[in-house]
Amino acid sequence: MLIETKKLTKTFGGLVAVNEVDFTIEKGKINAIIGPNGAGKSTFFNLLSGSYSPTSGRIFYKGKDITKLPPNKIARLGVARTFQTTNLFEQSTVLDNVIVGHRLRTESNLLDAVLRTKRFKREEEKCRDKAMEVLDFVGLTHVRDQLAVSITQEEKKRVAFALALATDPEIVFLDEPTAGINPGETEGLADLMEKMVEQQITVCLIEHKMKMIMALADKIMVLNYGEKIAEGTAEEIMNNQAVIEAYLGGDASA
Amino acid sequence: MGSLLKKRGWIIGFILAAILFPFVSQNEYFLHILTLAFIWMIAVYGLNLLAGYTGYLSLAHAGFFAIGAYTLGLLTVKAGLNYWIALVLACFLTSAIGAVVGLVALRTREHFFAIYTLCVGYIIYLVIDKWDSLTGGVRGLIGIPAPTSVGPISFQTPLSQYYLILFFLLFTVLVMYRIIHSLTGRTFIAIRNSEDLAQTIGISTMKNKLLVFVISTFFAGLAGALYASFIRFIGPDIGYITIIFDLLTYLLVGGIGTLAGPIVGTFLIVTVSQSLQFLQDYRMLIFGPLLTLLIIFYPRGIVGAYHDWRMKSLAKKKQQLNRKQTYVHTQSTETEKKIKEG
Repeated sequence: MLIETKKLTKTFGGLVAVNEVDFTIEKGKINAIIGPNGAGKSTFFNLLSGSYSPTSGRIFYKGKDITKLPPNKIARLGVARTFQTTNLFEQSTVLDNVIVGHRLRTESNLLDAVLRTKRFKREEEKCRDKAMEVLDFVGLTHVRDQLAVSITQEEKKRVAFALALATDPEIVFLDEPTAGINPGETEGLADLMEKMVEQQITVCLIEHKMKMIMALADKIMVLNYGEKIAEGTAEEIMNNQAVIEAYLGGDASA
Repeated sequence: MGSLLKKRGWIIGFILAAILFPFVSQNEYFLHILTLAFIWMIAVYGLNLLAGYTGYLSLAHAGFFAIGAYTLGLLTVKAGLNYWIALVLACFLTSAIGAVVGLVALRTREHFFAIYTLCVGYIIYLVIDKWDSLTGGVRGLIGIPAPTSVGPISFQTPLSQYYLILFFLLFTVLVMYRIIHSLTGRTFIAIRNSEDLAQTIGISTMKNKLLVFVISTFFAGLAGALYASFIRFIGPDIGYITIIFDLLTYLLVGGIGTLAGPIVGTFLIVTVSQSLQFLQDYRMLIFGPLLTLLIIFYPRGIVGAYHDWRMKSLAKKKQQLNRKQTYVHTQSTETEKKIKEG
């Protein structure tokens, strides 16, 4: 068990966005969180990555309590995430955008930069190599030297993956990784997620595309109005009465 | 590689022009104006690292400029300290005050940060203006000594001061170049792009923002201290709000978030406003609309516009090259076909 939440709750004023959710993420699998719009999926993600602090409940990473840690410290432990929209620096190249991703594994500081020390040179090299490696992994070597402004939407998604992977994560949270791209490209990204799992990187994603999730995910959790209504394999979820009601409304047999 | 060589050419050209200028023109007035411009450039570089590369627009920097100037002035005039020790202390005191202000100011973002720092800048001005017993109030501080000699080199003449300040400017540019072209610089740029994203890739945003703020105030302090020993008289108006807006105009015209921007912008505006002196205050009638147009059409200033133009023309060339290649390619396959068919 890589990540475990216990009675995780987040309220915004009177609104309960996430309500006492118990969830576990297993190592080396593709985990998915699904649910209708406004079900609290993104809030749940923000809690796990430390962007929000929970109102109550606890989060454990490899048995360690990370509930109160800020996002940058959680990232150091090996938890990476992507956003629905990635803000790339458009005037610089794809490679330059990804290099900073490995910054958290380096030590060189301002003095190293100004004096151009050995450590500085070694770590610049290390970050550049890492960026090349992850760009190769996500299949973007050919656009490496292009400006970020000129690449396609799907390529931007891949850059976001690369940036997350450059942090040397054990688990990657992907917030709607295939939103806004066409079915053919969606398949390509699904393959990439499977490739990540092969590399022992656990994946957890939020998605709307049901067909893709059912084929891809090893384990699915369904949220509705901030509450967990089901958890299990794709088959279990598809036959779950509560899930069918949440999605279709009313009785399934009707 | 070609662009790197070209960049090096620009830098060497600039240094040579700056070194040779006094030999070409014997006019002391021009020398004075140019030396002053160099001082402003140092301050604008400090502002650029914070506002341009990290995305935090500080309007307190005229205040920090004044703190640097007054620290040097007071330490040399009232405490009788050696000039160079006073210069170092001025820079460090300014950064120390910068660190304290930054700790509070950096908890705000965007407009709120700008408004907060504007207030801080004004408070610094008021303190200098009203603390009569220490700063001399509106009467200012007179008789600040020129830099004392280092070995055989003395800094009593305008020419020697010109070279001294040019040296500090080049030092500033070198430091900025190295910061920006490093992992540390990339960290700052990541914060500017998106603080949320920066945090999730493991960057401690508060620590880095504070670091930038301190570096930035260091250079404001350095510029202020150099100003004090160059003009040799300072009044509270050097910390006034108009100064920060001058600095900001230089930065915006030259190009915010570009390495050459501060030099280009400051040089251009200082020289142009000198030659438009006959218009007196009506100068602003020309500058105002021009600045507005520039910001609308070229938000990254003259240098940014030049970069974009070069990138576009490079991309076009590449495209043409590609088209030619595919054309040649299809032709060769066609001939191959013909041969086979033949």
